[in-house]
Amino acid sequence: MVDAYAGDGSRTGAAARLLIVDDNKVNRLLLTRSLELLGHRVATAQNGRAAVDAMRHEPFDLVLLDIEMPEMDGFQVLEQVRGDLALRDVPVVVTSSLEGLDNVVRCIELGAEDYLTKPVNPVLLKARIGASLEKKRLRDQQKEFVRRFAAPEVARDLQESGFALGGKRVHASVLFADIRGFTPLAESQAPEETIELLNTYYTLMFDAVAGHGGLVSHMAGDGLMAIFGAPVGLSNPGDAAVRSALEMIEMIELFDVEQRSAGKPEIRIGIGIASGEMVAGYTGTNARATYTCIGDVVNLASRLEQHTKEARRAILIDAATRETLLSSLSPESLGAVALRGKTQPVEVFAL
Amino acid sequence: MQTTIDQATFDELKETAGADFAVELVDTFLTEAPVMIAELHRAFAAGDAETFRRMAHSLKSNGNTFGACAFAAMARGLELGGLASVRAEDGAPLDALDAEYARVAHALTELKGG
Repeated sequence: MVDAYAGDGSRTGAAARLLIVDDNKVNRLLLTRSLELLGHRVATAQNGRAAVDAMRHEPFDLVLLDIEMPEMDGFQVLEQVRGDLALRDVPVVVTSSLEGLDNVVRCIELGAEDYLTKPVNPVLLKARIGASLEKKRLRDQQKEFVRRFAAPEVARDLQESGFALGGKRVHASVLFADIRGFTPLAESQAPEETIELLNTYYTLMFDAVAGHGGLVSHMAGDGLMAIFGAPVGLSNPGDAAVRSALEMIEMIELFDVEQRSAGKPEIRIGIGIASGEMVAGYTGTNARATYTCIGDVVNLASRLEQHTKEARRAILIDAATRETLLSSLSPESLGAVALRGKTQPVEVFAL
Repeated sequence: MQTTIDQATFDELKETAGADFAVELVDTFLTEAPVMIAELHRAFAAGDAETFRRMAHSLKSNGNTFGACAFAAMARGLELGGLASVRAEDGAPLDALDAEYARVAHALTELKGG
């Protein structure tokens, strides 16, 4: 069980929420007192199991962990925390009077942020807690940057697998979308209006992609590229990509109704989708990289998107994507088409 | 001869945690320690090495907190030596711990009053 909230965190602006885990009441009281005097808010748990439950129940900024405990000891807590994606960034400072340097080493190897021998020296406690909280703050900030500047799927992939340049073969679908006649449109209005139009357009497109499990990997001018099936696998990437495309078209039609009533120019988009094996991963440099995919399939999707102009159709897909579609959709065959950059004619379908 | 409670350690505790809080902490120890010592005896009788070690460890830790150096050293001996060390001396180390605890409890009671 976890004792009820205790403590007054209002003493300083930098109050943190801390969890003290110790089976010994004297130790618990003394640590609670020391931390409250430092201005932190404190909760306590009497064994490892209660501690892990508490951590899953509410976010803590830092955990002070004893090792020798009944039910679940501190080593087991460290193992559980390290294996739990939601918990593993919470710094754990071990406070123990364990005998043997090997035990200290084991704690550090299991991911403990620091080790303090009991009875804990108050000055040392303050310094270590301060340093750990500062590191946590920087890590949180980094995560926030990743969250803001990377797609959620990429952020999750980065958090789970870490960052490494290089790709792996995946079976996925790629979607290219582009605004038809964007250049004359941009020239006919003030740049501010064009930015506003693009922002609305991208908001709608991102929604349509994310809503079907896809990932927008590139934006350039008025065009975007989206991947379905990587880095997060999808049971049917082709179908997801096509449904996303249909939603895009629907969104743009609704947007055009608004544009029309506001006396502003309407827009049209063209979409190309191709499916198959490709290489997906991070490309760039260690300092700046982007998640993308590369391969013939990607080129084909881009060519299909360009061909929507000549074919005068909103959505064009390849045969592999057509194969994956559920029966409710019935694409029309446009036959074998000679696409730019392709030596052989390619079977094209329109929706 | 070693003093029962190291005055400097106890004073430091009072200074950093507050005198009132030190009293509260002593009271908690005087309530908890007999339970842990009883559990230590039970574990010894039952041959429960894990509980024996954990109780000895906990008593050592608390002894150090209050500056009960001799008491903490005895508890540490039990933690490291385990059941075998007590059996080898026919229970004598446990009796010694009991006697030292009585001195610690007396000294702490005096100290918190003063």
